[in-house]
Amino acid sequence: MALADDTVFALARGFRFQWEPAQAAYVLLYPEGMVKLGSSAGEILKRINGTSAVSEIVADLERAFPGVALRQDVTEFLEHAREKGWISARQP
Amino acid sequence: MPGSPNPPLWLLAEVTYRCPLHCVYCSNPVDYAKYGAELATDDWLRVLREGRELGATQLGFSGGEPLVRDDLEVLVAEARQLGYYSNLITSGIGLNERRIAALKDGGLDHIQLSFQDSTREINDFLSSTRTFELKRRIAKLIKQYDFPMVLNVVLHRLNIDHVGALLDMAVELEAEYVELANTQYYGWAYVNRGELLPSREQLQRAEEVVNRFRERVGNRMKIYFVVPDYHERRPKACMNGWGTVFLCLTADGLALPCHEARMLPGLEFPSVRDESLRWIWYESPAFNRYRGDEWMKEPCRSCPEKAKDYGGCRCQAYLLTGDPANADPVCDKSPEHAIVTQAVERAEQARVAVATKPVLFFRDDQNSRTLSRERRREPVA
Repeated sequence: MALADDTVFALARGFRFQWEPAQAAYVLLYPEGMVKLGSSAGEILKRINGTSAVSEIVADLERAFPGVALRQDVTEFLEHAREKGWISARQP
Repeated sequence: MPGSPNPPLWLLAEVTYRCPLHCVYCSNPVDYAKYGAELATDDWLRVLREGRELGATQLGFSGGEPLVRDDLEVLVAEARQLGYYSNLITSGIGLNERRIAALKDGGLDHIQLSFQDSTREINDFLSSTRTFELKRRIAKLIKQYDFPMVLNVVLHRLNIDHVGALLDMAVELEAEYVELANTQYYGWAYVNRGELLPSREQLQRAEEVVNRFRERVGNRMKIYFVVPDYHERRPKACMNGWGTVFLCLTADGLALPCHEARMLPGLEFPSVRDESLRWIWYESPAFNRYRGDEWMKEPCRSCPEKAKDYGGCRCQAYLLTGDPANADPVCDKSPEHAIVTQAVERAEQARVAVATKPVLFFRDDQNSRTLSRERRREPVA
């Protein structure tokens, strides 16, 4: 299933995203677990706020990291994160 | 020991050994009644800060029953300020609308509520209390305050045939997570092992029910099914290795690499009253004792799987063989594996239903004082 550009994601209920100095990484915390995120996953999830559409997130990332087309990487990661239950799509 | 250990990620604060329930499989030490004064609020606040500075992220408030402490709300609020993801591990007894509202305001992240069974009869028998209906009301309160809820049930011979009904109950109570945790045989559960260990057939049936249920509900509910390691041929990677991830703090202030370690001989576990958590985690002899694999004997030392399971559980090796540095006898490479298979065989022969009244030691102060006079209490029967 292709991911529509206007999809808006929020962190799943009960999940918390934060920076961990001791691990020098962003992490996702949830009941009974934690995921340590790689730097690109961290940059993407940092922008998941329940209001920004996928297209806006891609544009924002491409401004922050100029010179690379990121749409495919971002949507692939978002699909993965949704499958894992870390994020959920908001109803438009 | 190779390299420097990673920071602890998971702190379990057993803030009290006091508990209104008397569960026959309680993981608290059987001699809990002899331990001294509980840490004061300020001690806990300091230790929580130290743990967070080390890098711990997950924090469980456990016990005993943590709600027995009237400063729980203070500890929870500080935990949130510090950036922990915090979990209240509770029987529900002592929770009311005033307290749950304060816990919500303080920033508690989720609640793990225990049931002993899906039936009032067995729930109340196993905990030696009349708490079944109360727990159901508490579950509703937890949802009313919009906490993610983990429903926890410890499984054993007397309730494992009810997993289907337990899962239905979890759906009805709107739990997001269900933890069906087969009893691990330490503490009170070890004393009562003869009455609690399920048969292989019971276990297989339960696993089938759980798998069918998973197919039916999909992602809506996450189910953790913890197998009883006695029925396995390889040991569990206990705590993901000694002193690698997990740090347990007892009511009276000891720091332990797992819930059960204080029974181990020849180790002096440090107290947070005397030492910093940083020294305890990185420097203390107790936390370094079974790190890495230098301490291992055969068959673990030359085993190709030693990096996978770390030789299993030190406490189980001690309980069953008398030496914590032995291989966990759950492993069929252990020369003492027969201790485990014989216990399972006895379970096969034992009655499956509660046909006659089981001989069980309920967790209470009097039994704790009796049992603490004996150094190593063998299981009954």
